[in-house]
Amino acid sequence: MKDFRYLSGVASLRVDEEKCVGCGDCLEVCPHGVLKVEKGKATAVDHDACMECGACAKNCPAGAISLTPGVGCAAYIIQTWLKGRGGVSCC
Amino acid sequence: MKDTQEFFERNPAPSPEFLKTPFPMAPKEEDGGEIACCGPPAGPRSGANEKPGYLVWPFVEEFVQTPAGDTPRVRTRLSLLDRFLAAGARLGIARNSHKVAPGLYTLGLPGPESPVLVTANYKLSFDAVRSSMEGRSAWLLVVDTRGINVWCAAGKGSFSADEVTRQVVRTRLDLAVSHRTLILPQLSAPGVAARKVRRATGFTVQWGPIRAGDLPRYLDQGNKADPAMRQVSFTLGERVVLLPVEISMVLKPVALVILAGFLVSGIGHGGYSLAAAWHRGWVFATGILLAILAGAAVTPLALPRLPFTAFSAKGAVVGAVMGATYALYVSGGWMAGWALVLLMAAFSSYLAMNFTGATPFTSGSGVEKEMRRAIPFQTLAVLGGAVAWIAGGFV
Repeated sequence: MKDFRYLSGVASLRVDEEKCVGCGDCLEVCPHGVLKVEKGKATAVDHDACMECGACAKNCPAGAISLTPGVGCAAYIIQTWLKGRGGVSCC
Repeated sequence: MKDTQEFFERNPAPSPEFLKTPFPMAPKEEDGGEIACCGPPAGPRSGANEKPGYLVWPFVEEFVQTPAGDTPRVRTRLSLLDRFLAAGARLGIARNSHKVAPGLYTLGLPGPESPVLVTANYKLSFDAVRSSMEGRSAWLLVVDTRGINVWCAAGKGSFSADEVTRQVVRTRLDLAVSHRTLILPQLSAPGVAARKVRRATGFTVQWGPIRAGDLPRYLDQGNKADPAMRQVSFTLGERVVLLPVEISMVLKPVALVILAGFLVSGIGHGGYSLAAAWHRGWVFATGILLAILAGAAVTPLALPRLPFTAFSAKGAVVGAVMGATYALYVSGGWMAGWALVLLMAAFSSYLAMNFTGATPFTSGSGVEKEMRRAIPFQTLAVLGGAVAWIAGGFV
């Protein structure tokens, strides 16, 4: 996957260190190896590789991970511009 | 009652003499009752699991009795029909009808200790799992994801803890197995909160590998995934299979663009010329079709080798290069040449940008940022190209 890198500095992934319990559940579900547990806290060691799928946030028992999940699909995004996020289910 | 009476009045019972005459095609006793008069011999009697109104999938080998009831045992080898249907799905034919019924299936002859694999009810997902499990025994729990694959269903929320729970409860999985573990595909994690499944069913979720092909190794290692099994890939082969759907989805709008191209191609010096519309229209149409090839095929295939990170930029480069080459080849004048370069770059750029939705590594935030930058350029290029194409009729 190292051949495929997308825009840097855009991913909305945030880990709240206060809330993180260091269980490591997020590491297991991440399809891009973005997260690591360092000193008992999850941190994004490869933030730019995050594709915002939301697997980590969904499976964080402490609610410590936040991000804006979304499909990276142009037709979908155009619809969200036109109708707002609530009005579109898919592309 | 009256209807029944009328029926018997209109259709009197056959006379006792008639009933004694043997049906001419019936097997005769003197032949041992074996010989069929014509065609191939008849097949076996219908099985107990064939029900009126239902069709048993050919991938069902038999129905086996399990503590959870009669359960279809599915073949692990894909048939020609499976491959034919898969090709249809890849080509975008009846895309929303490639479903299997949700519920419990068996692979091989599983017992109470056998693992439970969970997957989506998209037929290609189901096929991927069963075909990777040749010679092994497992339970296969198919979740009602509305016929959508694992990854997309997780993103849309139809592969969820609630749906997994529904099938666990409905199929009485607790009767079939003595353990309390479900193996879910890792790519369902965006939709499934593992702890919610455990709370609702008592079954603990273990995240299986991303690719069904890694299942045997994962199981052999005692349900442990290698780091490589946890990472998505996007190989050339994985990109190739996506192309037909990408192309088939744009054909309708493109047909309108081409039609408009034929119409305006007739405008020129002496007013409107049908001959020019026909001749220049074909040049235009070929250019647009080449642009689809550039944005929806060449760019995805050459993805890691192309310059720039933004897909719109990659697509614009491919579209512009192909446009320039094509313009030189058809040599329809410099104005029309520029029109082709601009239009082909713009269309290719848009299609490449739309391909982000089919990749497993572009973030929504990234695509949105890229689109805010690219769409103004694409719009300008289309407008400029259209003006130049019409002007090309006067040069």
